[in-house]
Amino acid sequence: MSWNRTFAIVLRQFYLIRGSLSRVVPLFSWIAVDMILWGFLTRYLNTVASPGFNFVPALLGAVLLWDFFIRIMHGITMAFLEDVWSRNFLNIFATPLLMSEYAGGLVLSSIATSLVGLGVMLFIAVAFFQLSLFVYGLAVLPFLFVLFLFGISMGIFGSALVLRFGPASEWFIWPLPALISPFAGVLYPVSTLPHWMQFVSRFLPPSYVFEGLRTIVSGGTASGMALLTGGLLAVGYIFLAFWIFKGVYKSALRTGLIARYSAENLG
Amino acid sequence: MTEMLALQGLRKVYGDVVAVDGISFDVRPNEIVGLLGPNGAGKTTTINMVLGVLQPDAGTIHIEGLDLARNRSQAIARTNFAAVYTPLPGNLTVYQNLRVFGLLYEVKDLPKRLNELLKQFDLEAFRDKKCGVLSSGEQTRVSLAKAMLNHPKLLLLDEPTASLDPSTASEIRTGIRQFVKQGTSGVLWTSHNMYEVEAVCDRVLFLSHGKILLEGDPKKLPGAHGKRTLEELFIAVAREPLTFGMS
Repeated sequence: MSWNRTFAIVLRQFYLIRGSLSRVVPLFSWIAVDMILWGFLTRYLNTVASPGFNFVPALLGAVLLWDFFIRIMHGITMAFLEDVWSRNFLNIFATPLLMSEYAGGLVLSSIATSLVGLGVMLFIAVAFFQLSLFVYGLAVLPFLFVLFLFGISMGIFGSALVLRFGPASEWFIWPLPALISPFAGVLYPVSTLPHWMQFVSRFLPPSYVFEGLRTIVSGGTASGMALLTGGLLAVGYIFLAFWIFKGVYKSALRTGLIARYSAENLG
Repeated sequence: MTEMLALQGLRKVYGDVVAVDGISFDVRPNEIVGLLGPNGAGKTTTINMVLGVLQPDAGTIHIEGLDLARNRSQAIARTNFAAVYTPLPGNLTVYQNLRVFGLLYEVKDLPKRLNELLKQFDLEAFRDKKCGVLSSGEQTRVSLAKAMLNHPKLLLLDEPTASLDPSTASEIRTGIRQFVKQGTSGVLWTSHNMYEVEAVCDRVLFLSHGKILLEGDPKKLPGAHGKRTLEELFIAVAREPLTFGMS
């Protein structure tokens, strides 16, 4: 592993973001809108629901954590798509760069961009809607960590899809979080779901996070074992996603897709 | 001394099409080898395999003695390339692109090397300009500067002067000749400009339908096959490959 080569990927992303308003604004614009929308909704729900229950940590907190996951995932795929859009595959993959260094650079880029988004979300949620992360206690750290790991795995998986199916397949990436969210129980308990959906949710790390979050808000204690399960699943998905990415990359080397990527497929 | 590039039995097939058909050749230190042939002859496929972005179906590639299949990163670190069809990202400036690729090739004392290259390729005025706004000739100079970043032991140039004016192309050719003379590097050069090939290359290989049909000194080869110029020989090989041993 070379730190220089990993840093090169991060630096490239920094240069692109620094010089482009159209890349800076999306880092926080949609999630800021989300915070404002859900902030007012929770405020309204607090006025009509039975007194004593606070929707802010239950709903707004959940949306904040879910948006953090999306930011991590999109941070990786956006950095990858920069190479797709600028037709840079041949230049970049003809260097000594290892796949692990490339993936490491994408992840580090994503951490940096996601922290910007997280900061903006926290500012809006805390300053305007009085969300206190202290409600969750120290559990907020494993919550964020599990979502962070799962975001990485989905980002790498999304990149593998684009590498496999060509530049036009980027639309596969954007709806992925929306496809997962009904099963992950972001806004409602998993027990609300039909049995088959509950079964699927057991394999989704975010479901353990959001169940834990609701338990804490209801006055209980989040299960350490459940969070550990979510964390281990997320780590497993990272390995699985990287394995898929490497497999797609090796296949692209065999078929010549890397060298002729703009052709989308070689059929 | 170890060959800068040694190919043995290299073969690549796309479906029913044999793009490269078991070719073997080498590039020695201080040597510029021209890889010639009509469109679709297998030149770029060969270069892509040497660059590690295309896996051969058979055969071996050694770069300065290192097996590309087993030591990809170390072998590729000894190479670099410039191709007319792969400009650097247009959304980064000249300096940013060169810095990013300098890090990818782990160039020592990078700021000093970048300044040397900006001067050598007459790019100082464009240092902070985005590559996408440069003329095609200027973009080619940036690609060539990128290709020289790591003092490559094996330099792969795929039609490097295709979009340059004659004066700049001549300077580039002189610069690359000097680069080869001063060190121990070898160059694999493809071009459709036979005048350029004759002026620059020490040896040429004629490729047709994925096979090497002819090999030799570009100044002597035409006479040896009853042709006046390299261009005449090129046309003859492209039109009548059977005459030159194609089976």
